[in-house]
Amino acid sequence: MRKLFAPLLIVTAAMFVYAPVMIAQAPYESTMLLIQKIFYFHVPSWIAMYGAIFVCGIESAIFLFRRKPSAERVASAAAELAVLFGLFGLVTGPLWGRKAWGVWWQWDARLTTSLLLELIFVGYLLVRKYGGPGSDKLAAAIGIFGMANVPFVYKSVDIWRTVHPQTSVVPLLLTSAPGMAAPFAFCAMAFILLLVLLLALRVGLEHQRAALDQLYLAEE
Amino acid sequence: MVKRSFVFLCLAIMTLAAPAFALQPPAGQTEFVPISQLPPAEQLPAAPLLVGAYAFVWLGLMVYMWSIWRRLGKVEADMRALERRGSKGSSVR
Amino acid sequence: MFLKVALLVLKKDFAIELKSREILYTTLFFAVSCVLIFSIAFVREGAPLEDAAAGILWLAVFFAGTLALGRTFERERYGETLRALLLAPAPRPAIYVGKLLGIVFLLAVAELLLAPMVALLFNAALFSRPLLMAGLLVMGTIGFASVGTLFAAMLVRSRTRDVMLPILLYPMTVPVIIAGVLGTSALLQTPPNEAVATMWIALLGSWNVVFVTLALWTFEPLMTE
Repeated sequence: MRKLFAPLLIVTAAMFVYAPVMIAQAPYESTMLLIQKIFYFHVPSWIAMYGAIFVCGIESAIFLFRRKPSAERVASAAAELAVLFGLFGLVTGPLWGRKAWGVWWQWDARLTTSLLLELIFVGYLLVRKYGGPGSDKLAAAIGIFGMANVPFVYKSVDIWRTVHPQTSVVPLLLTSAPGMAAPFAFCAMAFILLLVLLLALRVGLEHQRAALDQLYLAEE
Repeated sequence: MVKRSFVFLCLAIMTLAAPAFALQPPAGQTEFVPISQLPPAEQLPAAPLLVGAYAFVWLGLMVYMWSIWRRLGKVEADMRALERRGSKGSSVR
Repeated sequence: MFLKVALLVLKKDFAIELKSREILYTTLFFAVSCVLIFSIAFVREGAPLEDAAAGILWLAVFFAGTLALGRTFERERYGETLRALLLAPAPRPAIYVGKLLGIVFLLAVAELLLAPMVALLFNAALFSRPLLMAGLLVMGTIGFASVGTLFAAMLVRSRTRDVMLPILLYPMTVPVIIAGVLGTSALLQTPPNEAVATMWIALLGSWNVVFVTLALWTFEPLMTE
């Protein structure tokens, strides 16, 4: 795993450097023109966030039921990354929406679910930092509950009106405008690689912290 | 003395900045309207928003990586300090 | 065995509460004052917004519930009874169910007072379909209390428990409040939209099943050191 780190870093950096070239060459979308180009970073941010949430949920369950301390480290790293990528999505989205829809925010299913997930995982981080004894287990429970909540939040808010493009936009784009498919897939791949890279970095930090704690305990 | 002048400065800045916060963007529409049908006054220039979005993502990534770097540095410094204390203690004994 | 333990825990809480009625009265009056300030906040031209009735009812339930949760477990912590309960040879999930039932009953009493009050103040026909309204309230309360009891039990030893509980609880219970408010609004329409209200009750039911199961599943590993 360690040996993969350097090549992964190089590949991800190269992809991110090349991404603007691909994005600039992508065809314009007919109704939204230039502003639609935010799509190439906005949707991959959400893909990365959901990936991070998935990892966090699974590792939290492993930590709670199998008591593996390494799982807890990965879970907290993944939660931090979920908040980071969610923040990217929540900032690029309104910037796109302000131009495309005329309003900064809409209470439709997709946006509300995303905002809620962001809040839940910020809560995760707060509990880990300020929760007191046993907070790592409570945070794990929050991770699991948060992941379980996603379909319910989506369903309940979906029954309201929605302005956000439906999920079908992505498949539609890929079939109707093949020029957009390549940069989108490229950026999605870049973000996923970035998620893996940052996760590796962050878990490494947690690992060092655990080693430090062990040293402190050995000193006693 | 410093604390009081700091509080005063904050209050002054907030009072002066208040009109900036009071200026709200015009109320947008509530349904999806294609750009071509909006009146020209409503049409914002897309470029600053686009650039802003990408800049935010890039900056965010840089800040995050820097924060990991800083935290890692702190942990490693603590570890080195601990090891030094350990070796000093054992050499005394 | 499981049910017996749960009912024993419930009886214990009942007995303590009947003696002092501290949490009951304070929660009730907190809920009432919530309704009052919300009504004032939503007043337009001297009359409260009629559409706000559904939202205000559920907000008052949520806020009063948060307080009640904090106070109930604070009492456990003060008397060190939580550790005693955990040391007892009883299945841990049964303790959870017992506490859950206690909170649900407390909030049910609060709602018995709040619903007529909101109906009165807002001229809202909350009781045109009393069974559906009751079903909505019961399902919603169970949903809120299920997650709340778990989180409050975990936060009992934390210094920041009073502020962490809402931070964790409110985003997690958003489907409950959406379902509750929209279901109540559906019942407040003329004529009351029973289909929509039933749909929301069904959604709440499925949410409750999932989350009570999750809570029962995780209560044991969470409360173990």
